[in-house]
Amino acid sequence: MATEILMPALSPTMEEGTLARWLKKEGDEIAAGDIIAEIETDKAVMEFEAVDEGVLGKILVPEGAEGVKVNTPIALLDGDSAAAAPAAPPSPARAQKAPVPAAPPARPAEPAPMQTEAAPEIPAGAELKSMPMREALRDAMAEEMRRDGRVFVMGEEVAQYQGAYKVTQGLLDEFGDRRVIDTPITEHGFAGIGVGAAFGGLRPIVEFMTWNFAMQAIDQIINSAAKTLYMSGGQMGCPIVFRGPNGAASRVAAQHSQDYAAWYAHVPGLKVVQPYAADDAKGLLKAAIRDPNPVVFLENEMIYGKSFDVPTDPDWVLPIGKARVRRTGADVTIVSFGIGMVTATEAADALAAEGISAELVDLRTLRPMDTATVVQSVQKTNRCVTVEQGWPVCSIGNHISAVLMAEAFDWLDAPVLNVTGKDVPTPYAANLERLALGTVDDVIAAVRAVCYR
Amino acid sequence: MAAKRPARRKAPTKDELVGYYRDMLLIRRFEEKAGQLYGMGLIGGFCHLYIGQEAVVVGLEAAAQKGDKRVTTYRDHGHMLACGMEPAGVMAELTGRAGGYSQGKGGSMHMFSREKDFYGGHGIVGANVPIGAGLAFSDQYNGTDNVTFTYFGDGAANQGQVYETFNMASLWKLPVIFVIENNLYAMGTSQRRSTSTDDIYTRGKPFGIPGELVDGMDVLKMREAGLKAAAHARAGKGPYILEALTYRYRGHSMSDPAKYRTREEVQKMRTEKDPIAFLRELLIEKGHADDEALKAIDKAVKAEVNAAADFARESPEPDPAELWTDVLIDA
Repeated sequence: MATEILMPALSPTMEEGTLARWLKKEGDEIAAGDIIAEIETDKAVMEFEAVDEGVLGKILVPEGAEGVKVNTPIALLDGDSAAAAPAAPPSPARAQKAPVPAAPPARPAEPAPMQTEAAPEIPAGAELKSMPMREALRDAMAEEMRRDGRVFVMGEEVAQYQGAYKVTQGLLDEFGDRRVIDTPITEHGFAGIGVGAAFGGLRPIVEFMTWNFAMQAIDQIINSAAKTLYMSGGQMGCPIVFRGPNGAASRVAAQHSQDYAAWYAHVPGLKVVQPYAADDAKGLLKAAIRDPNPVVFLENEMIYGKSFDVPTDPDWVLPIGKARVRRTGADVTIVSFGIGMVTATEAADALAAEGISAELVDLRTLRPMDTATVVQSVQKTNRCVTVEQGWPVCSIGNHISAVLMAEAFDWLDAPVLNVTGKDVPTPYAANLERLALGTVDDVIAAVRAVCYR
Repeated sequence: MAAKRPARRKAPTKDELVGYYRDMLLIRRFEEKAGQLYGMGLIGGFCHLYIGQEAVVVGLEAAAQKGDKRVTTYRDHGHMLACGMEPAGVMAELTGRAGGYSQGKGGSMHMFSREKDFYGGHGIVGANVPIGAGLAFSDQYNGTDNVTFTYFGDGAANQGQVYETFNMASLWKLPVIFVIENNLYAMGTSQRRSTSTDDIYTRGKPFGIPGELVDGMDVLKMREAGLKAAAHARAGKGPYILEALTYRYRGHSMSDPAKYRTREEVQKMRTEKDPIAFLRELLIEKGHADDEALKAIDKAVKAEVNAAADFARESPEPDPAELWTDVLIDA
């Protein structure tokens, strides 16, 4: 009896992959633990092991096939009759026996496509190249490292492993281990070493594997990096970039799924950037590296694989502290940043279908925050909804509400509403996680409320 | 192969010895004056005096060369004076005036001088330790033979980031000298009550970092140990730990009644181990200076400290507009 071999999920965020190579051919005997294929995810090429023994029957997906969805049958395994035990029937439950993670949640990892206009700062006629976010970030670092010998990267797995999320891929080859430095798992310590190196005149880029782990190092980020310029009467600048993925990824639960935007945006002495699009990310990361101040650069794992048109000119840099109006609209202003833009955009699309025209403002930088652009938009639309993944108390949205109350009170036709993550630690269960992070429906409901519809 | 004998280090000259005396005395008198100004309400907040520990920093400064860096925690006035920062600028920072090293915005615990390669003055116990390793990293990256003297106390030696730093400093052979100023009390908690083992200098051993215990009340022994440690680090052999056994005569800060130790203990250290009295006797014994010459030094130091105190009192408070400056550098 034949068992289906299914396309495995090989990372928490994997939805599909490339079947890079079959290492067994039809008719081969297979023992449990044999490597039967190589599967390419967006991060790496992984070996795929057989779980059961038998004979490889028909190969259903040829090697080289791209975009193979997780859980698609890729081959049939003919059970060994000598093994006596009947093979499990092919069914969705079958996948759960595999040692690899079971089917990922229904929430789409790749954001829905959105009609993006080029960033307003991109000069007409500039050469653009479509590339995923992770490559835009890598190119920003590489270009700045070519430009300035003081710039170096340090962090866990940034060098030989090529980056836990492949953002530093290729940097070790080009720049060597003097400038691309693997650290031990010791966030507090290497963040402090980075700060000291910046005081010593270098330009460190400190990668945190995720910002969740930077809580171990937050004393160095705030007490040492952010405050020392002030405490020294202007003598001791700390030109350093702390960067890494922020917020929830997919199904990694509470300790690995927190949005720190509001935490760092609170702190004078820091600049805080959280781009959504790769062109913004490249221009802003380059600006962050050149900036004489400490910059907290918040990325999103869920966007690393998404492609955007990105300027190739190494001299193209974006100013920190400017919001971007991604879509103009008349009825309501939706303000968001980072991955919140995905939710905001999907909501705006749905609202357009019911005749509500939303203006979408991507903050891009959270400190210093371009509230002037938000105020200007609200003076036109008279209504505002903010969208973020972080918790509701003392959120970015709370701050924007306060600014609008103070500076646009007479223009507001409804209270500002904040769509945020729910006020709970992020749950693991797929349905609960989806609810916890703030949904498109939450945004639609908030917009209808402020529009009295 | 037998290890090469270290190059014979020159003994300090007479002028150098007299200089150490003067530097230690300057710290002592400065701190006494700071205590006085604190009592008068001219210095606010926390104020941690270095009285009793002077030999540690003066001895190690004698082992430093141009371009070497130093960073410490908040008992930092002595470190600043020893590396040549102006007493007037330090005192004016203590009084929170515009003429202070941080223009009055840092205070006792947060002062810096790029010119003198003094990188603070940090208020968080232990946080300056990775920073010191990072400064050493910058020298290694730039290919200099400079080292960073990273000072911390027996209390800080129990912070986790110290050991994270030991690991990386050893792994990467960073030119850093970890100086543990063991004054026996982490604020009010004696070493016995806070620290699982006696010999803090051996705590680098699991990381492959050599360490030694030094008499922190003897400026010459500190100098000798500093030269040895610095030579090790300059030669690319990585970090070195010096545990300086020392004693502070005053409380942890100005508001500490120091009930956790006896008056007799303090008195015994003062009379039997005082680093300044020790060097004074040595200078006379060796014929490097007579009573009169030393009195002249005392007088000059006192005048310098009085002038610093006057400056610190007369310097204006920072302009209110300074509230908003130095938060960020214009990009």
